[in-house]
Amino acid sequence: MKRISIDPITRLEGHGKIDIFLTEEGEVANAYLQIPELRGFERFCVGRAAEFMPNITNRICGVCPEAHHMASTKALDALFKVDPPPTAKKLREMFYSIFFVTDHTTHFYALGAPDFVMGPDAPVAERNILGVIKKVGMDIAGKVLKMRRDGHHLIKLIGGRPVHPNWGLPGGVSRGIIEEQREEIEQLGRDAIEFGKFSIQLFNDIVLGNPEYVNLIKNEAYIHRTYNMGTVDENNHVNFYDGMIRVVGPDGKEHAKYHPKDYQEYVAEHVEPWSYLKFPFLKKIGWKGFVDGVDSGVYKATPLSRLNAADGMATPLAQAEYERMYDVLGGKPVDHTLATHWARLIELLYSAERWVELATDPDITGDNFRVLPTETPTEGVGEVEAPRGTLTHHYWTDERGILTKVNLIVGTTNNNAPINMSVKKAAQGLIKKGTIITEGLLNTIEMAYRAYDPCMACATHTLPGQMPLEVVIRAPDGEIIERLTQNL
Amino acid sequence: MSDSEASNGKGKLALYWAASCGGCDINTLGINEKILDVAAAFDIVLWPVAVDAKVRSIEKMPDKNIDLCLFNGAIRTSEQEYMARLLRQKSKVLVAFGSCAYEGGIPALANMNSREEIFQTAYHDTPSTDNPQGTRPQTETEVPEGTLYLPFFYDTVKTLDQCVAVEYYLPGCPPEPERIWDAIVAILENKLPPPGSVIGAITTVCDECPRTRTEKKIKEFKRTWEIIPDPEICLLEQGIVCCGIATRAGCGANCPTVGSPCIGCYGPNEGVEDFGSRMMSALASVIDSEDPQEIDRIIREGIPDPIGSFYRFSLAHSLLRRKVLIHDGKGVTV
Repeated sequence: MKRISIDPITRLEGHGKIDIFLTEEGEVANAYLQIPELRGFERFCVGRAAEFMPNITNRICGVCPEAHHMASTKALDALFKVDPPPTAKKLREMFYSIFFVTDHTTHFYALGAPDFVMGPDAPVAERNILGVIKKVGMDIAGKVLKMRRDGHHLIKLIGGRPVHPNWGLPGGVSRGIIEEQREEIEQLGRDAIEFGKFSIQLFNDIVLGNPEYVNLIKNEAYIHRTYNMGTVDENNHVNFYDGMIRVVGPDGKEHAKYHPKDYQEYVAEHVEPWSYLKFPFLKKIGWKGFVDGVDSGVYKATPLSRLNAADGMATPLAQAEYERMYDVLGGKPVDHTLATHWARLIELLYSAERWVELATDPDITGDNFRVLPTETPTEGVGEVEAPRGTLTHHYWTDERGILTKVNLIVGTTNNNAPINMSVKKAAQGLIKKGTIITEGLLNTIEMAYRAYDPCMACATHTLPGQMPLEVVIRAPDGEIIERLTQNL
Repeated sequence: MSDSEASNGKGKLALYWAASCGGCDINTLGINEKILDVAAAFDIVLWPVAVDAKVRSIEKMPDKNIDLCLFNGAIRTSEQEYMARLLRQKSKVLVAFGSCAYEGGIPALANMNSREEIFQTAYHDTPSTDNPQGTRPQTETEVPEGTLYLPFFYDTVKTLDQCVAVEYYLPGCPPEPERIWDAIVAILENKLPPPGSVIGAITTVCDECPRTRTEKKIKEFKRTWEIIPDPEICLLEQGIVCCGIATRAGCGANCPTVGSPCIGCYGPNEGVEDFGSRMMSALASVIDSEDPQEIDRIIREGIPDPIGSFYRFSLAHSLLRRKVLIHDGKGVTV
C-alpha cells in the first residue's frame, strides 16, 4: 500500500487534516478527514446556571455564534416551559435572517467563488477573494464589503455585539427595537434582497454559463446519494428559525418528519478512534459505515439538503430560483455536492426576503418582547438550522436551573461522514493509476470538502478558499518518493 | 513571504489561533477597509483564517524574525503548545490576543474537569452517542491502510503566558474591532505601554455604561429570567449580577446597552489579578445587611453557579486555575 498523505498542515494548526491512501497500483484505497480538536462543552457546561448557556455555547464558534446563541435560547424556552410572545419570536427570526445573509455572503464570496471565478486550476496566488475582485471588478468587492458591514452593524444594533451577541433569554429577548431602528433595518434589508439577486445572477453568468463548470458540477466524482435533512415550516417550506425536522431519502421519499425534541429517536452518533469528532447517522437505519444509499444511515444537513428535504421556499423570489435549480439539474433530489453553492445563494435570497417581511411586520416594534417563566425547569431541546446544518442543544437541569446534563449536535458534525465520503470519492474519481498529481488536482479534490463550508470543531474557516496542503507520496516502506506542497 | 524575498522595509506580522472559536479573527476582519492599512504596514507571514498559512516557512525563519505576533486561543493540545513555542521563538513581540490567550476564556471552564471526564461524556455518556465498542479517539490508530495520528489532549487548559513569555495582553471575547485597531495604531506609532501591560482602558465597564446609578443596596440577587429590568437604571441596583463593576472598559458597555448584564469578558480592571475575588468583594459591599448569615444566604440563593458567574472567562488565569486533580493510580479524576 502506497501512502499519499494529503495533509492540510493543520497537523500543526489543529483544525482539520485529510489523509488519502493509495494502493500499489496507484488507485485510491481510502481517505480520512481527521478533526484533531475537542473542547468538551458537553462536560464543562454541567454545573453552570442554565441562563448562561446562550453566552457560553456561542463560544463554540466565532463564525456562527448567532446560531448557537439562538439554539441555546430556544432550549431555555423549552427548559422553562415558556412560550415567547409573537414580537419576540419575530425579532429573533429577523435577527437570524440577517445573520444568515451575512454568513452565506462570507462563504460564497471568500470560499466558494474563487474556484469558479478563477477556475480550479488557476494559480494559487490568484485563486482567492483578491483574485475574484481583480477579475470581476472593484464594484463587486464594494457590494460584498457593504453586505458584511451592514450585517454586522445590525447584529450589534439588535443583539449587542457583532460577535457573541448577548440578547436571548427564556421567554424572549432582552431588548426590542424602536421605529427609527426598524426603518434602518428595513432599508438595509431591501439592499440585501438586491444583493441576493445580484449574487444569483453572478452565479448564472460565471458558473452556469460555462459548460466546463456545469460538467464539473455534474461529474459523478462529486455526487453522493444520501439522506437529506432540514427544518421545514407547516407548508414544508425551508425555515431556519423554527419548525419540524424532515428527512428525505436518496429516492426522494420522506423518511421521517419529527419535532426537534424527539431527535434522539432519529439520530445517533458513531465514534471512530482516528477523529475527535463524532459521526451522526439516522438511527432507524443504522450505522453501516461510510457508504451511500437508502440502506445507509448517512445523511447530509447542508443548504442543498435543506432544499432537498423541503417542498419549496416561503418567499417568491427564492421560490422561483428553487424551481429553476431543480429544472436545470434534473429534478429532486439533487445529489451534486457542488450544487451546494447554488443552494446557498437561494437561501441567501430567501433570508433577505424574510428579513424584510419581518422588518415590515406591525408586531416587530412591539413592547411585549419578553415573558417571565413561572414553571420549574427540567429538560429542554432547542433547534435551529445553522448555516452548516441542523443544530441541536439539549439541556437537563435541577429545580434551580443548574445544568445536570448537556447534549449538543452541531451543524457541521452532521456532515462529518458525508464530507469524508466526498473527499474519498473525489480522490478516487480524479487520481487514477499514473495520474500526475498537480496542485490544481489537489484543489479539485479539496472543492468537494469546501462545498460543505465545513466548520470542524467550528474553527476550520480559511477565508480565501486556500487550504494549505502537503502531499507526500510514500513507498510501502515509508520512503518519500514525491512531495508536493501548496501554500507552505 | 519567504526569507529569500527582498526586504521592503515592512515589519512582519503573524496572527494565529489555538483553542479558540475564531471570533478574534472575525473581529480582526471587522476592522474592514483598515485591514489594507495593516497590509501596507506589515507583511502578514501567517494568518490561517485570512491569508496563506506558511508554517513551514515560519519554522525555517531565524529567531526573532517576526516583529509582532497576535496569538489568540488557549492551549489545550500538544499541537497548540508546539505552535505557541514556535511563535514565541520567532517573534520579537508576542501578544496574548483575546480572552482565551489572556485568561483561558470559555475553553478553560474545562479546568473544572479532567480529560477522563470530558472523554467519558463526549464519547460514552451523551445520550445520542452510539458506541457499543467503547471506542475512544487515540493519538495513534492503525487503519487497514496505515497509521493515523491525533494530537494529545491535556488535562488542563493553559493561558498563553503559562506556556511561554508574553509581552502584551489584549482583552475581550472577542476584542471589539475598534480596540483591535487602537492596539495596531499604538504598535505602529510605537506608543505601547511597558512590557507586561494589558493594552486597554484603565476604567471599568460601569464608567462607559449609559444606565443611571445611585446608591446600591441589594436585599436579593435576581437571575436574568426572574426579572424584566428597568431599561434606564443600573442592572446591579436592580439585583442582577452585572460584572461591569469589576470589568475593564473597552467594549462600550454593549451588553448593558441591550438590557443584558456584563459577563466580564474583558477581564479584571487595571491592577486586579483575580477577577472572581474582585467581583465577590464588590458584590458583598452592595448587599444591604450586616448579618453574616443573611449575607451568606443572599449569595447562596441568588448566585448558584459561582464559577460560571465569576470565573466564566478567567479560570485558567485565576488563583484557582483548576479543580484539583487526583491521581489515584488508575488515572486522574477531579
